Amino acid sequence: MAKIPGLLKGLGVTLGTMVETVTKGANTVQYPHEKETPPIRARGVIALHEGNCTSCMLCARSCPDWCIYIEGHKELAPPRRAGGKPRQVNKLDRFDIDYALCMYCGICVEVCPFDALFWSPEYEYSEPRIADLLHDKAKLGEWMETVPEAPDLEAGAEKKGKK
Amino acid sequence: MTMLGDRQQLAYIASQAADARVNVELETEGMTLNIGPQHPATHGTLRIIARLDGEQVLWAEPSCGYMHRGYEKLTEVRTFPQVTALINRIDWLGSFANEVPFILAAEQLMGIEAPPRAQWIRTILFELSRIANVSLFLGDLGVQLGAITPVFFAFRDREYVLNLIEGATGGRFHPNFDRIGGLKDDLPAGWIDETRAVMRKMRKFCDEIEGLLFGNEIFEARTRGIGVIPRDVALQYGLSGANLRGSGVDWDLRRDQKLPMAWDKIDWKVWTHPDGDSYARCWIRLQEVRESTFIVEKLLDSLPSGPVMAKVPRIIKVPEGEAWVATENPLGEMGYYVVSKGELGPFRVKIRSASFNNISIVPWLLKGVYVPDIITILASLYFILGDIDR
Amino acid sequence: MLGLIASIPYWAQSLLRVLGGIVAVLLPAGTIVYVFLFKMMSFMQSRLGPMEAGPFGSLQLFAEVGKWLQKEDLYPERADRFIFKIAPLIVLSSTFLLVAVVPFGPDAWFTNFEAGVFYALAVSSVSVLGILIAGWASANKYSLLGGLRAAGQLIAYELPMVLAVIGVVIQAGTMNLQQIVVAQNAGSIFGWDGLGNPYILTQFVGFVIFMIAVQAELTQTPFDMPIAESELVSGYMTEYSGFRFLIFFIGEFATAGVFALIASILFLGGWGVPFAWFGWTSIDSIDNWMNVVGPLIMFTKMMLLVFIIMWVRFSYPRFREDQLQRFAWKVLIPLSLVNIMATSVLKVAF
Repeated sequence: MAKIPGLLKGLGVTLGTMVETVTKGANTVQYPHEKETPPIRARGVIALHEGNCTSCMLCARSCPDWCIYIEGHKELAPPRRAGGKPRQVNKLDRFDIDYALCMYCGICVEVCPFDALFWSPEYEYSEPRIADLLHDKAKLGEWMETVPEAPDLEAGAEKKGKK
Repeated sequence: MTMLGDRQQLAYIASQAADARVNVELETEGMTLNIGPQHPATHGTLRIIARLDGEQVLWAEPSCGYMHRGYEKLTEVRTFPQVTALINRIDWLGSFANEVPFILAAEQLMGIEAPPRAQWIRTILFELSRIANVSLFLGDLGVQLGAITPVFFAFRDREYVLNLIEGATGGRFHPNFDRIGGLKDDLPAGWIDETRAVMRKMRKFCDEIEGLLFGNEIFEARTRGIGVIPRDVALQYGLSGANLRGSGVDWDLRRDQKLPMAWDKIDWKVWTHPDGDSYARCWIRLQEVRESTFIVEKLLDSLPSGPVMAKVPRIIKVPEGEAWVATENPLGEMGYYVVSKGELGPFRVKIRSASFNNISIVPWLLKGVYVPDIITILASLYFILGDIDR
Repeated sequence: MLGLIASIPYWAQSLLRVLGGIVAVLLPAGTIVYVFLFKMMSFMQSRLGPMEAGPFGSLQLFAEVGKWLQKEDLYPERADRFIFKIAPLIVLSSTFLLVAVVPFGPDAWFTNFEAGVFYALAVSSVSVLGILIAGWASANKYSLLGGLRAAGQLIAYELPMVLAVIGVVIQAGTMNLQQIVVAQNAGSIFGWDGLGNPYILTQFVGFVIFMIAVQAELTQTPFDMPIAESELVSGYMTEYSGFRFLIFFIGEFATAGVFALIASILFLGGWGVPFAWFGWTSIDSIDNWMNVVGPLIMFTKMMLLVFIIMWVRFSYPRFREDQLQRFAWKVLIPLSLVNIMATSVLKVAF
């Protein structure tokens, strides 16, 4: 086989790509007009299920860059059964995540023993002011709607009780 | 060099340059050119001080540390899971590969081993991050040599690999997926088929790059015989990875050491090139991307079933001891020397990153080359600033 | 058309010519930037390019120009200010001077100059001056290296370009660009005149050498060492921003257009169609509508040639400075000398 000179071959590659782009469309996505859906597991934003949180501070302590701020106080709740003792519950006053600091490592979601934190693949929450990246518990609670179901696992995986 | 101030450094360079005068009869005054810290060719903040005579380099010295982030110190005040999240950022293009040696060292200290399925998936993700990393190198190589198109191909096709990594781990760049004792989670359904399709795409990308760059006569003229590192010199300077294999040393930690990973379970080839020039180094990286796609496919074929996590306590305390584990990362040998005192976090971690040792040869290599060859040589040595400065 | 121009006062004629010159320089430059730099390059890299400004991003260039004009007119502290400021204008003026001799139709020309080829080649080297003083006046080491590289390169490639053109001049027997066009379109290939006799067929070696030299004169990849953004940041343009950079930028692409126009005149038959198609015999018998169709034909040929220039630019890596010089002196110049010899021998023989 005669060897094609490398210079012509290079021209062929770019011309081929041009024809491909014109006929089949580009590989890029025109972002604000069309959007790609991120994978289910994508770590986009952390959602808070406030009812589950006991303000145990595990997440705040395990965060590598200390971007979670929690304040809480103890409260007496009415007893479960009539005539029982009033229960002591931890009431959450403040749960803020500073997304300007967050590294999206996911350690807080993992260490949470009460399933109060979840990952959501949502990513469009940039702000013109850096201070607005501090999401309080109301805003973190809103993200709960966007949390997807955990994906099915690949064949051969050991089934275990999913969160 | 770090002890000297800038002014002293320049005086030192001038004296060095005076020793290395090339043209004695028509003596002209040289020029000191600062390449970097902000320069398009250093993709980061590496500074190269070069003493020039015309366009010829008399003397050059890399000055690193502009992006030192103190990882070794940071790890001392963090727990083991936090360290895993942190060391992702050392070589930011192949981040999963950064986690593996650290986790293996910690596992070695704890005396546990990840289940087979976890080992397989670790190896697959390791190779995927190698593909993502080195394919970007191939595109960047084009930019350094003045061809603008390859880099867009590289970004286009690397995106598929990043999508795979994100699909499995949740993080595009910083997976933080490795855990002591196994992996965070198993693969999501449909991932294997997708991976096979992407591997075919990556091989097509390799063919395109071969057509655009490696077969091109101009590219060969620019890289062949430029920056030749003889075998002995490569070993003396402690090079590793493709830079060492490009000098004809058949040495690959994936094959040459016993680790609880899946590389020894399948057949694959270690590429070497006898020339030791820039072309050889780049060519080896191209072949390695291609080889990695085959490795991934073979590993997917033989993926065992079972759990992905060994039995480990919820709060990890690594027993007292010391361990050294190195792996063949995309850039070369990367190792962690972990000292534990039986607490939540490591007592001391020494990180041996490949790029730092690889650029140590730069002053030796750059003597007498031309200014454009500085760029060729730096590009072919392939370093990542985070990996140099840590 | 000629009668129309002659009947208006001299100042109006001059105004018309200046307007025509601006159109002839800026229109091709804008088209080249949009069609090739924005769109073709993007397609070759499997992306779409600018899409937001105007339909399919067609107004992007205006947006860019607007951005550049708003920027502050910066100059480095130690720069030689006056020279620094006029350097881009010198580069652009070379383009305007070049377009003055380009004929666009039988009567559509700015000046019908007997030594047109000579003038064009001489004026094209004026831009070297601008680049050199831009490199020197910037007081920047990268600019200096870029400027010196540019000077060496442009002078080295001037020579093969001149030598490649000599073949055409010998064959046409004239240095007047208009008459070179006529000679090609009125000519015939062994008696068959259906295609005229474009010199690309007989002077193919000359054409290839000319195009390579044009690539180097325009400092396009693979000969873009004066700019070499990965080595010298941006070469002689490093310190320029705002509208002075804009002038360099327009100058680069306008010169590409004008060189393509000259190449199309020398080798592809310029504005003309083969005269045999319409039974014309000389330049005086050409119908007046060619003054309108001629520029369009020229424009098409120019786009074709610029396509090749840009295609090469987007595909290749760049040479090293010494390799470029070696290529010019050891390959291109001997080859073009052989070409001249062969042309003169054949000219005498036939």
